[in-house]
Amino acid sequence: MTEPSDRRIEHLLREHAPRVLGAVLRKFRDFGASEDAVQEALLAAAMQWPRDGVPEDPRAWLIQVASRRLTDHVRADAARRHREELVVSLVPPEFQLVMPREGDELVGRDDALVLLFMCCHPALSTATAVALTLRAVGGLTTGEIAKAFLVPESTMAQRISRAKQSIKSSGVPFQKPTPEETAQRLGAVLHVLYLIFNEGYTASSGPELHRTDLSGEAIRLTRMLHALLPDDGEVAGLLALMLLTDARRAARTGPEGELIPLDMQDRSLWSAGMIEEGVALISATLSKGSLGMYQVQAAIAAVHDEAARAEDTDWPQILALYGVLMGLADSPMVALNHAIATAMVHGPEVGLELLEALDAEGRLEESHRLDAVRAHLLERAGRNAEAVAHYRKAAERTTSLPERNYLLTQAARLNDART
Amino acid sequence: MKMKYMLMMNSPREGAGSIIHWPKEDVRAHIAFMVGFAKKLAGTGELLTAEGLAFPDQAKRVRAGADGKPITDGVFPESKEFLAGYWIVEVDSPERAYAIAAEASAAPGRGGAPLNMDIEVRQVMSGPPPDMM
Repeated sequence: MTEPSDRRIEHLLREHAPRVLGAVLRKFRDFGASEDAVQEALLAAAMQWPRDGVPEDPRAWLIQVASRRLTDHVRADAARRHREELVVSLVPPEFQLVMPREGDELVGRDDALVLLFMCCHPALSTATAVALTLRAVGGLTTGEIAKAFLVPESTMAQRISRAKQSIKSSGVPFQKPTPEETAQRLGAVLHVLYLIFNEGYTASSGPELHRTDLSGEAIRLTRMLHALLPDDGEVAGLLALMLLTDARRAARTGPEGELIPLDMQDRSLWSAGMIEEGVALISATLSKGSLGMYQVQAAIAAVHDEAARAEDTDWPQILALYGVLMGLADSPMVALNHAIATAMVHGPEVGLELLEALDAEGRLEESHRLDAVRAHLLERAGRNAEAVAHYRKAAERTTSLPERNYLLTQAARLNDART
Repeated sequence: MKMKYMLMMNSPREGAGSIIHWPKEDVRAHIAFMVGFAKKLAGTGELLTAEGLAFPDQAKRVRAGADGKPITDGVFPESKEFLAGYWIVEVDSPERAYAIAAEASAAPGRGGAPLNMDIEVRQVMSGPPPDMM
């Protein structure tokens, strides 16, 4: 046993948490109780391991401790529990937890996968699924999750406990999803991971633009999912998208925390390692066929990231990819980005015409984005007075402080140049 | 004994979006000042929270109707002033809270001249004294 550092232990615990929970859940079936027991085991490990060293098989240690806790709890209020659980309580824990010798790795893999699918159950609200995933699969404490989403810890605790209740009452069995179920529910899982990443990449509230803790966690979980389902193109696509987006993090903000748009970023600050990994991943995936929206978005991100200078960007390729994406996802935000790409290839006036059409549809009424994009295109078209007006309108309507500051600066810059 | 104060930055309604019409350097200087100010107060441990609020065009005034359902008005055209943002600080004395408010009030405006905005300083009430509980 080596002298373990706290950081290493934390990493180990996060790594093992989903499989431990999966294994315990497979034995005891009760999501809420299993989850509590695993949290207790993780806590025990966090206290004991720095002092006594990391056990030889950390996962087996955690499973054993969690199962003992669970058995104790079941014994303590056996009278109020169901009969099956009573039966469990009569079986000594050492017998309950004979780890399967062969195919152990495979069982562990499936457990983590089932757990992820459980947490992202379509019956749960998205906010709840996000919280539960971070807690059960990510091994984050309720306090950490609450802090990341800027809500009181009690609120988050309630949300998580409600989620566990819904899982219990929905009767979702803890078993490996069938291929059909996997296909059906993978969408929800990817969506939840994508949301966790986005919240970390562009925080929806608070003064800071980035929440590295969350985007890092999303990448870690998506990596895990990719290891479990290496042949799924959308999983690989989402992981590539996250890597290719996160690679630009250091260049996205200036010294005062202000936003720096893609074409103005210092590209030497981009992470070459992440770009390389993301490009390799998406290139390998695209050659396999069966295209999905995460893959296409990753491909777009890759085209941006591969341009050494903003003016080297291959806009015709990006435009073609947005055309494909529009066929896969009917979203006004995709249509908006398509208009930008069109403007880059065919000129700003053509892009502005597309915006008119989008405006008429009215699907972006609640968003300041249409104004922001219109301002950019008007500026490119040399219609500066109109551009200033739209920058200002967008600044009035955004509720993100860094973004408002950015738009205000744009309006002021252009107005200065005009007068 | 630490005391909590809420510092409310009130902008005249006409001046609400006026930053929108400032020259670029002035906008920059104002933003840099506000970011630096929050950092400095966080550094001294006096800042509990600070938020800027969306422009008043998006504000709604809400009250419950007879049936208890919310009735919302658009913006409040009658208001002369509106709350632009606030800080909650924890300080040793009211004088310190006033000093912080004065510093924020002097944030640079158009042409770099201090804005001298009105900042309302009010103590955040605490729980009852122990002998009353």
